[in-house]
This record gives sequence, C-alpha cells and structure tokens, in this order.
Amino acid sequence: MPTILMPALSPTMEEGKLSKWLVKEGDTVKPGDVLAEIETDKATMEVESVDSGVVQKLIVPEGTEGVKVNAPIALVLGEGEVPGDAEANSAQLKPVDVAPVKVESTDTVPAAPAGVTPVAILEAASDPDLPAGVEMVEMTVRQALNEAMAEEMRRDKDIFLMGEEVAEYQGAYKISQNLLQEFGPERVVDTPITEHGFAGLAVGAAFAGLRPIVEFMTWNFAMQAIDQIINSAAKQLYMSGGQVTAPIVFRGPNGAAARVGAQHSQDYSAWYSHVPGLYVVAPYSAADAKGLLKAAIRSNNPIVFLENEILYGSTGLVPKVDDYVLPIGKARIARQGKDVTIVSFSMGMRYATQATEKLVAAGVDVELIDLRTLRPMDTKTVIESVKKTGRLVTVEEGWPQGGIGAELSAVVTAGAFDYLDAPPTRVTGKDVPMPYAANLEKLALPNVDEVIAAVNAVTYRS
Amino acid sequence: MARKAVAKTAKSNVPELSKEQELAAYREMLLIRRFEEKAGQMYGMGLIGGFCHLYIGQEAVVTGVTMASQKGKDAQITGYRDHGHMLVMGLDPKGVMAELTGRQGGLSKGKGGSMHMFSNEHRFYGGNGIVGAQVSLGTGLAFASKYRGDNTVSISYFGDGAANQGQVYESFNMAKLWNLPAVYIVENNRYGMGTSVERASGQPDFSKRGISFGIEGEQVDGMDVRMTYDAAKRAIEHARSGKGPYILEMLTYRYRGHSMSDPAKYRSKDEVSTMRAEHDPIEQVKQRILEKRYGTEESLKELETEIRAIVTEAADFATSDPEPAASELWTDIYAA
Repeated sequence: MPTILMPALSPTMEEGKLSKWLVKEGDTVKPGDVLAEIETDKATMEVESVDSGVVQKLIVPEGTEGVKVNAPIALVLGEGEVPGDAEANSAQLKPVDVAPVKVESTDTVPAAPAGVTPVAILEAASDPDLPAGVEMVEMTVRQALNEAMAEEMRRDKDIFLMGEEVAEYQGAYKISQNLLQEFGPERVVDTPITEHGFAGLAVGAAFAGLRPIVEFMTWNFAMQAIDQIINSAAKQLYMSGGQVTAPIVFRGPNGAAARVGAQHSQDYSAWYSHVPGLYVVAPYSAADAKGLLKAAIRSNNPIVFLENEILYGSTGLVPKVDDYVLPIGKARIARQGKDVTIVSFSMGMRYATQATEKLVAAGVDVELIDLRTLRPMDTKTVIESVKKTGRLVTVEEGWPQGGIGAELSAVVTAGAFDYLDAPPTRVTGKDVPMPYAANLEKLALPNVDEVIAAVNAVTYRS
Repeated sequence: MARKAVAKTAKSNVPELSKEQELAAYREMLLIRRFEEKAGQMYGMGLIGGFCHLYIGQEAVVTGVTMASQKGKDAQITGYRDHGHMLVMGLDPKGVMAELTGRQGGLSKGKGGSMHMFSNEHRFYGGNGIVGAQVSLGTGLAFASKYRGDNTVSISYFGDGAANQGQVYESFNMAKLWNLPAVYIVENNRYGMGTSVERASGQPDFSKRGISFGIEGEQVDGMDVRMTYDAAKRAIEHARSGKGPYILEMLTYRYRGHSMSDPAKYRSKDEVSTMRAEHDPIEQVKQRILEKRYGTEESLKELETEIRAIVTEAADFATSDPEPAASELWTDIYAA
C-alpha cells in the first residue's frame, strides 16, 4: 500500500493545504512516523505512515493549497517493492468502487412493513376470552399491580424489584406490599435515592439477562434517569444489530396527584411514547393494570409503565384466572357508539367516562376508547371508530403541544380524512406548569365539562 | 493504599511476565495499534464516517486488564473509545472494521457504528456513547453476577472525563453498599476531549475518588502492560472474592486527538513525542522480548507481517462488504 493519499480531517472536508513535509525523498519510514502536516481553515493534522518503507516520491510539494481529499500526495515503497508496483497498487487504495455511506434518495426508503412501525411490528391480539362463569374479584388498582408483580416473581426468579422504599417501607404507595416478606431482600431491593444510577444499574442487569422491575417513586424523578431509559435501554437492541435485549419494566405513578405542585405533577405520556424501542403502557382499570403489568414483565423489551396515584385506590373487577395476561398494543373499546369517538387513557379515562355517561343520557351515542398502550398505539381501532362516527375528541392530562391528542389528530387526519365531519379536537392539561393553589390546579387539569363541550362542538350541538 | 506508580517512577518491584504473556501482550497491542492506524487512514479516505475515537497509546490498559480477567466469563463494558477492547476480547477484526464502515457484516450489522458494538458471547457490553453511562451499566452487570452467584466480575472502563459524571458516584455508592464484584478502570489519558485533567478535576488523583465510599483504589502506570496486568489481577481477585468494588486509575496517554476531527492543539507536540519515545507500551514489550531473547528481530517481523495481514483482511472486508439492506432500517427495534 505505497501511495499516501490526502486525508480528510472530517467527513465534510473536501480539500486542504499540504503545509509541510516532515520527510524527504529517500527517507526510511516506519508505522506511526509523521510524514506531513495538513491544514484547513479550522484545524491542522499530521499524516502518519501506516507502513514501513522508503519515501520514493513526494508528489505534492509543501505549501500547496487546495489539495483534494484522496489525491495521491506521496509514494512510499515497501520492502521488496519496485516502483512499478506502486502504480498498480495505488489503484486499489482509492475508494472509487466503494461508495461511502450516503443518504439514499427518499424514493428508495422502504415502507415500514404495513403501516406505522410499532403497530406493524406488534400486531396485538385481542384480549383473551374468559372462561364462562369466571369469578370476578373486586380489587383496587394497587392490589392488581401488587398481584401482577407477585405472580410473575413466583414464576421466574430472574425477576426482581428495585427502587426507593420498595422493600422495608412496603412501597411509597404500597404497591410492593408484602413482596419483601415473600421474596426476600435479594429480590426486593431498597435503593439509595439515586435514580440515574439505579436505572442504569438495572439496565445493565437486564443486559446480563435478569428481568428488573424498576419502581420510580414518581415519574417526575425519572427525569434524572431518562438518559439510561432511552439511550441505554430503548436503543440497545437496534444498536447491537439485534444481539442485546433489555427486558426491563420501569414503573411508577405518572402525572398529577393532588396539590403537589409543578415539579411533582407532570405527565410523561407523550415524552416516552415518542421513542422507538420502548413500549409505553398506561392502564386505567384494575383489570388492565394487572393484565398489562404481567405482560410488561414478560416482554423482552424495555417498558415504560405509567400508573396514576389517584387511580391506585380506585376499584374494579378483575377476573380470577390463573394467568391474566393482556396484549400490549391493543386499545379497549369501553363503549360502542356511532355519534362521536372519545379516546383517552389512564386518568383521562375518568373524565371521559363521566362525560360519556352524561352525554349518553342526553342522547349522544358516544364510542369511548381506552388506548391502554400508548406505544405501539392501536391507531387501527381509533381510525376504524372515526370512520364510523366522523368525529374525534381526545382527553389527556398532559400538555397540548406534541401530546397524545396531537398524535391522534394527525393519525385520523391521515387515516380517516374523508370521513371527518368536524376537526379532531383535544381536551388536554393547560399549557402551564402545574400550579399549587387548589382553584388553579383544578383549572389546569381537564375536566368533565370540557369533554362535554368538546363533544358538543364536534357534533355542532352547542 | 493508593500506590504511586507514575510513568517516571523507578521500577523496583516491577512484576515480571512470562515469555508467553509477554509475547501474547505484544501481539494483542500490536493488533490494536495497526488496526487503529488503518482505521485512521480509512477515516481519512472517507470510508469511516461520523465519530472515530482511536485507542493508540492506551493499548497496555485493556491488554493487561483482559489478561488478568477470565476472558469470555467476566463482563466488560466501556465508553466510545472501544475498538481496542473488542479486539482484545476476541471479537472478529473484520466485524469490527465493517461496523466502522457501516456494512452489513459489521458486528451490529452496520447499525451501531464505531461507538456501539456488543457481544453476548464474549460478554462485551459496548461500546457506549454517553459519557459515564457505562459505569452504571457495568455496575448492573456486577449486580447480575452477584444475583446469580456465578462468581464472575464486571469490569467497567471510563475516562478521566467521565470520572466527573454524577452517575459514576451513584454507582460507586451502590457497588460498595451491596458489595458488588465491580472493577472500575479509569483510563486517565490526561484529556477529556480538549480539557486537561488539571482544568476539569478538583481531585485529579482518580484512584482516590472512591475514598468517601470506602472503595480502595490504586494509581497504575498504564503504559506498562506488566503493571496493568498485575494491578488488574489484584483488583479482580478482590472483587471475585466478595470484597466488593475496586478502582484502578491507569495513567495513560492517547497519541491521537480525542476523535479524528480533533486537531489536538491543547497540548504540545513535545508532550506527545516524549510519551511516544519514552513510554510507548508496545516498544517497551518489544525491547524486553529482544533483551530476554523471547523472540528475535526476525520473529517479531514475522508477527508484524501476520498482524498486518489480519488488518488488511479486515479493511478489505470492510470496504467490499455491502451496506446493510434497506429493509434493515425496520428490524431490531423490538425483541420477539
């Protein structure tokens, strides 16, 4: 490899100045010896010899400006080489036949296999059929989440729970009650207050094949750890070309509680739903909390599991079956109707449900959809519904810009444009940090009347 | 028990390597050097894109540490200056180089790049691009070792720059709290990108950074593979025997810029050439091999030729292998 080419200092450099030769013709050079200095307006760099040999010819004199990248600048003959070889060999050095990685024109970008990426990758099954006459047990969301973890930890000893106050304190919100007693301190691990560190530690443990459940006392604190959630967990499979998985569940209460102020009241639904490589689950009912948390723990992917503190104490009926596992990525049609589609999730479903009751009583045939999973988002169910009703109202506690409602609006605008009888309409948290004062906090959050008003607007009944 | 062993210290109690170890170390380090020189050349030709951080000058660190570890059983993880680690851990040079050029035969199918390569088989966990993140992740690998009781150790490498990240200390705390089998290797090459240790660190002796957590540390001459091997043996034994984490600060030096596009104007040429002339890790081994007659000029030349052939083969593969199929855009986002 005797030809020395003009190197690039960066991928964007096209030409530079050969400012100085540090060898002369006839010199013997060995690997690492500095041959020349080159410079651009930004930087100077040394050209090192890669091989041993004798400098046969300095092709470009020092001081020459505008030397093109990859132009031959010198010939160095290896041992036993004769000058003739140099010409022959120089050809194979030039990268002419080897295209550098370049942006392909847009018309050659392959479509995601059938539709929106995550949906296509995971075509969710329907909820499992329940045996006839199955017993339904009333329990709180808290109990449902606790049961889900306990059942899964009994099944697989690689599953462990880690977080602040999860063990001896029995959980800041008592979601991990009695788990320490049953599984011991090796599998129910109290951490220091160190979100960034323990999130990264848990992802590392997942790389090594364990299946961590990480409880954040609230998702507000997980902002300290978001780099590990996204950069280390979500992107790992892709960056490793499919080799290294991160089977891990990050869970905890998300969104506003009550009167806890701006730093403890944020809804991260839209943030995490933005990220390929993550599944984002946000259940409303006790049954969904149990069935989806079990599914999340069994998944080989990193899962962001968004709970809600206010919903922890709400009760619902959970089927008493041995293994109640629900499909991730499948919305639930809470009520079928033909006049308007209301789509919500998590705490938003409380406002949406109450509004639906009033609207139905007033004669509006509402179709109510609980997304349950935000990524992959079950856009198919939403689009089919809007094709039927022609109207969409979304309800969420998060901020409007770039929110889940914004995404749904885009989805139905693209997927059901000809069927729309009114603009897709969002009911969201107000575009302000969460205030502390009781009256202001109430104003900042969505409410039942706002949902009704939105439905009135899209059905032109106001 | 921080042991001063800076490069200029007179070496009285220098541990000896066997003939086989010296020859193996020489071979490993020479492979890294020649591979990285080739990578630098290919970057200059536009065949490697983006960031490319070369390990030239620091070869003795990963070589000595890996020799002291149970290769393939103990987990290793590092930051973005990762090519040398992969080569020493036994990953295929063709696969590494093809990842640098973004080809389908790359270790991550061309989807990871210079900073993101992994091997479950070799227990190498990257290749991590966010400065300091590998320390928490590596501590998690140690957590998994302890959880399983499999008697393995996790070795996390990070630089003097990363040593100032907060999560490093969160990790130290948990590693000591739970007595995890974690070995932390600070590769102090004197500069975090363009900022010298003195301009970035209140406590520039990184071996002392574990003191407030009760973690022992040592300073090691990171240019001498005998010292890196010997210190790593102690640290790994400490971790494996259940005594918890251990910190080794390797005093080393990178000859090249932080990345390929770094002109390295923050240091003098004399500094670089002095390090190369007086402390080069490969030259040191070479001289010992010749002095002790473990090899001859002739046999070393043969080895050089053999290494060159490996590197040339890797470069040829990495330039002729096709780019990944366009359909790869959509794969490996979610696991089955």
